[in-house]
Amino acid sequence: MPKVRAMSSFWEYANPRRFMATSAALLPWIAGVAALCLSVGLIWGFFFTPNDFRQGSTVKIIYIHVPAAIMAINAWLMMLVASLIWVIRRHHVSALAAKAAAPVGMVFTLIALFTGAVWGQPMWGTWWEWDPRLTSFLILFLFYLGYMALWEAIENPDQAADLTSVLCLVGSVFAILSRYALLFWNQGLHQGTTVSTVGIGVEAQEGVADVFAYPLLVSLTGFGFLFLALVLYRTRTEIRARRVKALIAQERMA
Amino acid sequence: MIGLLKRDLALAFRAGGGFGLSLAFFLIFAALVPFGIGPETGRLAEIAAGILWLGALLACLLSLDRIFQLDWEDGTLDLLATSPLPLEGVAALKAAAHWITTGLPLVVAAPALGLLLNLPAPAYPWLIASLLLGTPALSAIGTFGAALTVGVKRGGLLLSLLVLPLYVPTLILGALAATRGAQGLDAWAPLLLGAGITLACIALLPFAAAAALRVNLR
Repeated sequence: MPKVRAMSSFWEYANPRRFMATSAALLPWIAGVAALCLSVGLIWGFFFTPNDFRQGSTVKIIYIHVPAAIMAINAWLMMLVASLIWVIRRHHVSALAAKAAAPVGMVFTLIALFTGAVWGQPMWGTWWEWDPRLTSFLILFLFYLGYMALWEAIENPDQAADLTSVLCLVGSVFAILSRYALLFWNQGLHQGTTVSTVGIGVEAQEGVADVFAYPLLVSLTGFGFLFLALVLYRTRTEIRARRVKALIAQERMA
Repeated sequence: MIGLLKRDLALAFRAGGGFGLSLAFFLIFAALVPFGIGPETGRLAEIAAGILWLGALLACLLSLDRIFQLDWEDGTLDLLATSPLPLEGVAALKAAAHWITTGLPLVVAAPALGLLLNLPAPAYPWLIASLLLGTPALSAIGTFGAALTVGVKRGGLLLSLLVLPLYVPTLILGALAATRGAQGLDAWAPLLLGAGITLACIALLPFAAAAALRVNLR
């Protein structure tokens, strides 16, 4: 009886060679979708939406601010999952993907903080406010910094992967704790979440009006694919760097 | 287990450093605050609780790299790892020793420094309670951070970068309890939440610290 090969399992990509082959094929497409969605979403958002009746044209910063903030949190979530996979199943690609995602997530956090400051200045009259949402993003930024610093500080790659995974797990718990402690500490200026109220037909009073919602969704998709493309690209770089290191070590032994 | 605790305490007492030093740091920190803020008693009274909490946190941080570093350098940590005592127990004991040598003196010294900073009278019980319930979490979290960075040369700065964000919830709730107490408001909710975080830290973080130690000793 011929061996029936199951549809390729997700775990096959733990093999660096499989991962490299598949990601090489996928990367141009993902990058293309990201470029397309971002340019469509941002151009649509910036030039073809009306100004908000209260916020004027500053509302358009939403097309960068909200997707960047959402992806900043999701990047940490992805690192958490990748760290768990490394701890449980010890797939090197997973650890490298977590390492690759950290700087990307950090930059998204920085973008969210920066655009938030630019938006907050005309709207709230202040660049910065110790509001729970803003503060928790600042703390998230610090977590990213610590995570990356730990990767840099430890020479042995496996040891670094282990320690950063533990840090990521503990850090996630404390990030959530901080979020709720902050709610206790100060009532916020920042509005509640609006994106979950984005939807077709939702009244403008409750959430984001349709005119703004469509380009926002496109831009959100674009940021998602951008994150995916950057992480894949950086993971590939990490794998190549690992191979080069192995080759150099072999040469030295010979 | 008790032997290890006794040994750590004896080392901290006799070798100097640890015990008195963080207390002295706490004192200097509190004494420097009026130079930076200005001597108006009203303003000092307003921020005293938060300042004392910050001082406790920094004094705690300073002594963290001593938790495992010396044992790591002279090989004691390897012996401890091969001893019948589980590494989780070692981590928990190290945290306890750290708390007894730094956290507890800080709690005792805090009222005197509160006097120095003109802390309002109703705040004292809240300040002491919040420090007493909060500083064990600082030690437990710090032990985890020290376990992560034990193999890193000159890990002091890295340690503070890793540990300080983890201190955020404890600091917020502890300082909030003390500040609310100072204003005569009900401070039970932040106090109890902070105590909950402390208990969770004591219960869970030794496992994380032991995992990190195992990686570093491999």
